[in-house]
Amino acid sequence: MSWLTQGQVPLEAYLVVSGLLFLIGVVGVLVRRNAIVIFMCIELMLNAANLAIVAFADQLQQTDGQVFVFFVMAVAAAEVGIGLALIVNVFRARQTVYVDEVNLLKG
Amino acid sequence: MYDFVYLLYLIPLLPLLGLALNLAFGGRWGHRGVSLVACGSVAAAFIVAAGAALGLATLPEGERRIVQHLWTWFTAGSFHAEVSILFDPLSAVMCLVVTFVGFLIHLYSTGYMHGDAGYRRYFIYLNLFTFSMLTLVLADNFLFMFVGWEGVGLCSYLLIGFWYERHSAADAAKKAFIVNRIGDFGFLLGMFLIVATLGTLDYGEVFRLAPVKWAAGGGIATAVALLLFLGATGKSAQIPLYVWLPDAMEGPTPVSALIHAATMVTAGVYMVARSHVLYELAPVALGVVAVVGALTAIFAATIGLVQTDIKRVLAYSTVSQLGYMFLACGVGAYTAGIFHLVTHAFFKALLFLGAGSVIHALSGEQDLRRMGGLKKHLPWTHGTMLVACLAIAGIPPFAGFFSKDAILAAAFESRWPWLYAVGLVTAGLTAFYMFRLLYLTFYGQERLTHEAKHHLHESPRSMVGPLAVLAAFSALVGFLDLPIVPGGDQFGAFLAPVFADLGPVREMATHAATAVIPGAGAAAAHEAHEAHTPVGLEIALMLVSVIAAVAGILVARALYLRKPGAAESLATRFQRAYRALLHKYWVDELYQAIVVRPLERVSQWLWRVFDVQVIDGVVDGTGGFVVLGGTLLRLFQNGYVGTYAFFLVVGVVLVLLGLGGR
Repeated sequence: MSWLTQGQVPLEAYLVVSGLLFLIGVVGVLVRRNAIVIFMCIELMLNAANLAIVAFADQLQQTDGQVFVFFVMAVAAAEVGIGLALIVNVFRARQTVYVDEVNLLKG
Repeated sequence: MYDFVYLLYLIPLLPLLGLALNLAFGGRWGHRGVSLVACGSVAAAFIVAAGAALGLATLPEGERRIVQHLWTWFTAGSFHAEVSILFDPLSAVMCLVVTFVGFLIHLYSTGYMHGDAGYRRYFIYLNLFTFSMLTLVLADNFLFMFVGWEGVGLCSYLLIGFWYERHSAADAAKKAFIVNRIGDFGFLLGMFLIVATLGTLDYGEVFRLAPVKWAAGGGIATAVALLLFLGATGKSAQIPLYVWLPDAMEGPTPVSALIHAATMVTAGVYMVARSHVLYELAPVALGVVAVVGALTAIFAATIGLVQTDIKRVLAYSTVSQLGYMFLACGVGAYTAGIFHLVTHAFFKALLFLGAGSVIHALSGEQDLRRMGGLKKHLPWTHGTMLVACLAIAGIPPFAGFFSKDAILAAAFESRWPWLYAVGLVTAGLTAFYMFRLLYLTFYGQERLTHEAKHHLHESPRSMVGPLAVLAAFSALVGFLDLPIVPGGDQFGAFLAPVFADLGPVREMATHAATAVIPGAGAAAAHEAHEAHTPVGLEIALMLVSVIAAVAGILVARALYLRKPGAAESLATRFQRAYRALLHKYWVDELYQAIVVRPLERVSQWLWRVFDVQVIDGVVDGTGGFVVLGGTLLRLFQNGYVGTYAFFLVVGVVLVLLGLGGR
């Protein structure tokens, strides 16, 4: 834990946190039934990616990564808008937001 | 007159125009308009043809060969298919016969077909036929001729099956079409062989190159000549492909007269005469033509002896007479063959139209056993039929005598005198069965059914008129080619330029034959040089053939006029022979057994085994595979978002692992 004393957070630490966040997001998407929670988990995955990207940008001393993150956040915002609207409509039609109760679209 | 030559293309075009007009507007014009256009177009074609023929006659003998190039059909490599017209004495004669007899039959049809529901369709077919036939005789190469050749085959099919709601008519039409396909197959192969060896199908080129490039009497020449002759046996109803013609009598009677007596069935004779250079190069093939012709002549004549359907008697008579024409070509007497073609066109068309008039008067009765005594009811029909019978029997001075005598004389001088004997016997048989028909129809007791008696009447003027004209020609056309009389052979002199190349070609064939068989060459040379028969012999031959004809007539008179029961007692006495003739030697049954049945069995096998199991198996298998794949894949599409997400993640992980593994 030398970085605690040296005041310099190493890249590995960022990546570990990012990886953990991403994993939590993936597991959440896979195991949770509530559409809103799944949605939040997706956001978590996106932000995990964001974290990794800014970490790399800092490491390489280039601004490309920072710019990229802004784009990701803009896309995520738009996605939230559409996604929540979808969930609201699903609820209106089916009186539920649990994804295992919404399975009309099947082969 | 020569100017008409520039209008040659109009000869086939006019009937086509008539057909187009009737097709487009005939529905509005009614019977009168339709018949006016149909007859008018053929009459106009006749006028152009007559003018052009007269123009041709004004030319010096060596130049009587006019080629009018219209356009190039297609080009493939060095091969050109041209649409061009050849007008020489041979095609002129054919054109005149087709348009003149065709016009008379069109005219007759306006009366015969009056009130038929398919009146317009009938005349459209008839004009299409005239167009195709004129294309056939005017074409300047084998390929363009083949277009007409197939065209007349199609029209024959359409017109035999004109009353297609009748099952027998539809069957007969199919039979004619299929049997002709066999012949056309040979014709096509012959053409392919010509293209493969000479690289062209143009008449002039082929006949110029063939003697140079082919060995006289060699394999290629023989093969080409025989294959083309196979086509001729189909179209002109010779052994072994004659079986369709008697059945073709299911068509309307004027059609039988036009297509199945006067014009289309003579196309094979025309083709052989046109390709005489090829046949002279192949003496073996020429021999086959002569033998097949002679055998067909006597074979069909014997069947004709006992048939009871008036049209069938005439059909077998046509087969027999076509045999005569091939016999003439086979012994090298092309002019005699074409002359018989012309005279036959007149008297056989007349016979058919007369028979049509009888059938018309008797409300559709065709059985000779239920006719008799019609002479007083149908005087015009009787008179014209009598002329036709005398003509076909070969009684001088009617047309058939001259043409038949020319053929018999040529056969007598050929390598095989037995051909003459066959021809002579056939002449006697011909006279017998024609007068049997005449006596059974017009003389003796009336044996009419009540229904036939009901509408008994002489035919309308539109039908009797053509009969009278044809009777005049049947009586007089023989004088075009008088034997013995110096300068009497106008017809032969007119055709002479067409066959002018016979001498040199025969010379070559003779040399080739001498090299192989010493004796044959001498015989052929003898044949080639001694074109003129001594007058005494010629008169003797004439006397013999007239005696044969008169004998035939007298026998018919004795059996069917004097003693009405005599024929039956003869039939019971020689029952086996009688049954064989009545059943046409069981040839149809034989073909049924050796060709049709096996073919049906093969087809059945192809259907039940190959089609149902193999082909359907492949098609069904494809469908089954897709269904199975779908059944498996739909298990993944269960509608739960979670499942999709799971597979997504699994997929990503696998991809990442794959990338990492590299």
